[in-house]
Amino acid sequence: MLPTASDLWSIGPELWLAGLGLLVLLVDLFTAPGRKVAAGAIAVGGLLLTLIPASAMLAWDPRTAFFGSYAVDGFAVFFKILTVIATALVILAAMDSLRSRFEGEFYALLVFTALGLVLMAGSADLILLALSIEFVSLTSYVLAGFLKANPKSNEAGIKYFLFGAAASAVMFFGFSIVYGLAGSTNLYDIAVRLRTAPQPALYLSVALMLAGFGFKISMVPFHQWTPDVYEGAPTPVAAFLSVASKAAGFAALVRMLLVAIDPARVDWVLLLSILAAVTMTLGNLLALPQRNIKRMLAYSSISHAGFILIGVAAFRGDFGTPGLLIYLLGYTFTQLGAFFVAVLVGAQLRSDDIPDYAGLSRRAPVSAFLMAVFMLSLTGLPPTAVFIGKFYVLGAAIETGLLWLAVVGIINSVISLYYYVGVIRAMYVMPATSETPIPEPPALQVALGIAGLGTLIIGLYPQPIIDLAKNATLLLRL
Amino acid sequence: MLAVAWIIPVLPFLAFWLIIFFGRRLPGEGAYVAIGAMGIDALLSIAILAQAVGGATYQANMVWAVLGDRALEIGYQIDPLTAVMLIVVTVVGSLIFIYSIGYMHGDPRYPRFFAYMSLFAASMLTLVLANNLLLLYVGWEGVGLCSYLLIGFWFERPSAARAAIKAFVTTRIGDTFMFIGILLIFFTVGTLQFDQIFEAVEAGHLAGVTLTLAALLLFGGAVGKSAQVPLHVWLPDAMEGPTPVSALIHAATMVAAGVYLVARTYLLFFGSPDHGALTVVAWIGGITALMAATIGIVQDDIKRVMAYSTISQLGYMMMGLGVLGFTAGVFHLMTHAFFKALLFLAAGSVIHAMHTNDMKEMGGLGRVMPWTYGTMLVGALALSGVPPFAGFWSKDEILLEAFHHNPPLFWVGLVGAFITAFYVFRMIFLTFSGPLRSHHAHPHESPAVMTVPLVALAVFSGLIGFVGAPWWGNPFHHFVEFEAAESVPFDLNLALLSTAVALAGIFTAAVVYYWKWLSSASLRRAARPLYALLVHKYYWDELYAFAVVTPTLWIARRLRVFDLYVIDGAVNAVGIVFVWLARLYRLFDLYVVDGLVNLIGWVTGKVGGVLRYVQTGSPQNYLLVIAFGVIVLVIGGILR
Repeated sequence: MLPTASDLWSIGPELWLAGLGLLVLLVDLFTAPGRKVAAGAIAVGGLLLTLIPASAMLAWDPRTAFFGSYAVDGFAVFFKILTVIATALVILAAMDSLRSRFEGEFYALLVFTALGLVLMAGSADLILLALSIEFVSLTSYVLAGFLKANPKSNEAGIKYFLFGAAASAVMFFGFSIVYGLAGSTNLYDIAVRLRTAPQPALYLSVALMLAGFGFKISMVPFHQWTPDVYEGAPTPVAAFLSVASKAAGFAALVRMLLVAIDPARVDWVLLLSILAAVTMTLGNLLALPQRNIKRMLAYSSISHAGFILIGVAAFRGDFGTPGLLIYLLGYTFTQLGAFFVAVLVGAQLRSDDIPDYAGLSRRAPVSAFLMAVFMLSLTGLPPTAVFIGKFYVLGAAIETGLLWLAVVGIINSVISLYYYVGVIRAMYVMPATSETPIPEPPALQVALGIAGLGTLIIGLYPQPIIDLAKNATLLLRL
Repeated sequence: MLAVAWIIPVLPFLAFWLIIFFGRRLPGEGAYVAIGAMGIDALLSIAILAQAVGGATYQANMVWAVLGDRALEIGYQIDPLTAVMLIVVTVVGSLIFIYSIGYMHGDPRYPRFFAYMSLFAASMLTLVLANNLLLLYVGWEGVGLCSYLLIGFWFERPSAARAAIKAFVTTRIGDTFMFIGILLIFFTVGTLQFDQIFEAVEAGHLAGVTLTLAALLLFGGAVGKSAQVPLHVWLPDAMEGPTPVSALIHAATMVAAGVYLVARTYLLFFGSPDHGALTVVAWIGGITALMAATIGIVQDDIKRVMAYSTISQLGYMMMGLGVLGFTAGVFHLMTHAFFKALLFLAAGSVIHAMHTNDMKEMGGLGRVMPWTYGTMLVGALALSGVPPFAGFWSKDEILLEAFHHNPPLFWVGLVGAFITAFYVFRMIFLTFSGPLRSHHAHPHESPAVMTVPLVALAVFSGLIGFVGAPWWGNPFHHFVEFEAAESVPFDLNLALLSTAVALAGIFTAAVVYYWKWLSSASLRRAARPLYALLVHKYYWDELYAFAVVTPTLWIARRLRVFDLYVIDGAVNAVGIVFVWLARLYRLFDLYVVDGLVNLIGWVTGKVGGVLRYVQTGSPQNYLLVIAFGVIVLVIGGILR
């Protein structure tokens, strides 16, 4: 059995990404230190080109490639586009702040990670899924520990590795139980065969798998690496992990639960609802006292994971999964933007402390304004992207009878206002320690601008995104 | 070209943000950015007008949000009415922006002025381009906000701050009616798109009393925005803003938005039974025209003369629309925009030279400020309705329509025309002829950046009326028309009559203020009660103070007393009772509750300690948590 030509066409974007990663490595070899930005520029250009075949796939009928092991459907394509945009933005933002001998490798690693994330979102086979998760994990560990001279970055890399290895091991144990019950590694076959499987064994496997997925999406109680890694890793990497890696984790989780496990009638809704409630509450409460912007964003990203989990828990309604996708897209732009401002301030002021943002509205007015937009969006206030996402997942919760979960979500939104507005307060109300303007590098400005535009446009005119998300979920159920 | 018309409001909107953020760092401290945006808009508008004259129309929609099964669509359209309004806003706007460079020179908030003006332009252009009531309302409120910001631009002056609030609150009253009207239409017809509303009217889904009510509610918004009686009181006070603001917002464009609204939704008014809504529009307009003109006679502040003149001319436009003269009303809107902007800017030039608004201090300025004098004279002739200047053609048409459809209003309009000519030439003579009455002023001609826009506007004011001239078939009539209401053909006798009336007004003004055959003081004495009535502006402000402000304050004070004695008393009584209860409770508290609280505190502290302990930063513990977490999940799942 050999793969056919149409199989190769189906993984066009993936092949392109792999080639691009190699190309960036090559370019890195042949450029002098100090001119490594060229590698970054090539990476961004190549990533943007990936969008062309990827968006062409939106019009395709759902199909699988390589003997049913890899899905090319609206859902996978949605995550391809999201991942590629997020990676391109992160590289843009990193280009000015990251000056080192290994800059080219950094871009190549990011491109490879993007490839792994895309594979994760499309995997329809346990083995491919396990491989792609490991692929992503390995490159991410390196990225987190990228600043070799910085002990905090080393610590982040090591911790991430230890935690990730343990979580993956537990998850693969869960996979093996599923395989043992079903006798197949293909998700669609598993869906058919699990109908007669014993329920307790299935619970066990779901719980074990949640450890791995929970690690990727930083769900309580598998969230503990998040603040340590975000704080220690280079800020662009933290941005990348909090957005792209999390999105792919959700993609794999949703595909696994909806396609393979759900037909077996295992009731995991209550379990996930509780996890969602605990995750957002704990993340919020721990974000309240943070003074370091990266730790604050880390805890806030945990709390957002809880919100997005509402969409998973409410998957039976019409809005659950589309809501999750809309939320993820809006959150991607907003969270990236917030991290980019942190990149800017961190690079210029050598500080990640929120009190040092005082007077930013006068020292870097555009960035401060955008940061305010991002903070309001993260809180979930209209007219911003995350508001639309929250609106949809909370609506989905109410629709599927999880009213209490929606109430918890709303209370958490209110709590989160406190620490998000704290940043705005520092930027606009607190007196500045110095009045010197902060230079805003051009590439970072572009990335920030795109993030800001994305946040506002989705908030003001969400209809196209809503249609896209609805389309993507229709195709998921095959 | 029509398909990219959406870019017209976007450009000044971008300019607004740029100037707000970068201000003084931009070329010309932001002024060039604002002027550039407006200039490009003006070119686009001219191109659009050219296409619209060729018969092209355009409409684009997109769904903004879906409410249940009702879609809220937003979009824009190009038709003759929109094309004319675009020209008025962008051309007059560009000239006023240029003029502002000179007028606002040295102001401490110079960039902010251009930012607000750009925001205003963006809102006004949105309003004009909208093809639905929703987007129109967005623009409507946007221009209201900018008007507020710009009237109060010099907010250090208490009078300016007060005027800004007065304008905002007064127009809000009209806007509330308008909003109710919009809701009424939405819930009756299920859409806010103009063409769909009109279809509903033609199909009879929106008819009878509901239609009249909807039209009149919308007209409520127009009354507020266009300063018609009885909501006209804000406009004279709005003159506290910088003069370019008065010219652009409170003369040429924003205040005309009310007239535009009536024209845009004309079918609603036209379709109401017996044209009932139109009759109301006509009479409100006629009364406003006459009343404001008479007040204009006794004003000594040069800008207030202009303000009352604006109210009066807006009244003429409303009257024109009301007496089935759709084209006449819109035509007058256009010509008025040019000559009134000219008059305001010329007045601004005078104020710039004299540092005062008081005409009693002026006199003889014609010799030192020839450009200002010449251009203002053109404006005054246009306003008076002397042929061939612009105002003649449009005002004559309004009178003609009134003569045929509502004779009593024709006489009102004719008397108004006489008074108009009188007060404007009173202003001209007081300002430019005779000796200079102030002893410490050193007037000088304004710089070229101010006089060049004046000359450009003067050319427009002189010539623009010819687009409605009869001897080449009145092209404006074939461009902007309302098919159901055929316009009345030109009548030479009436034209001669209205010209004679205008000349008579000018002559009378000359008798009193130029040749001084009659002294104005003796006139004042002879007509003392009338004079008192006019000086007090028909007691409108006093009426509102008596009927609205005083009762509101009275009620507020009574409520405060009620609050102080009844509610606070009740609260205090409850308080006293509870103090006693509390003393009892304290014993319970001390021994039972505190014990519990301390227990909870102790537990929370311990939990917090444990939680902190969990986030140790030590990977060994993290891995342990994974293990425990999985075990809890498994047990929880299975035991459930």
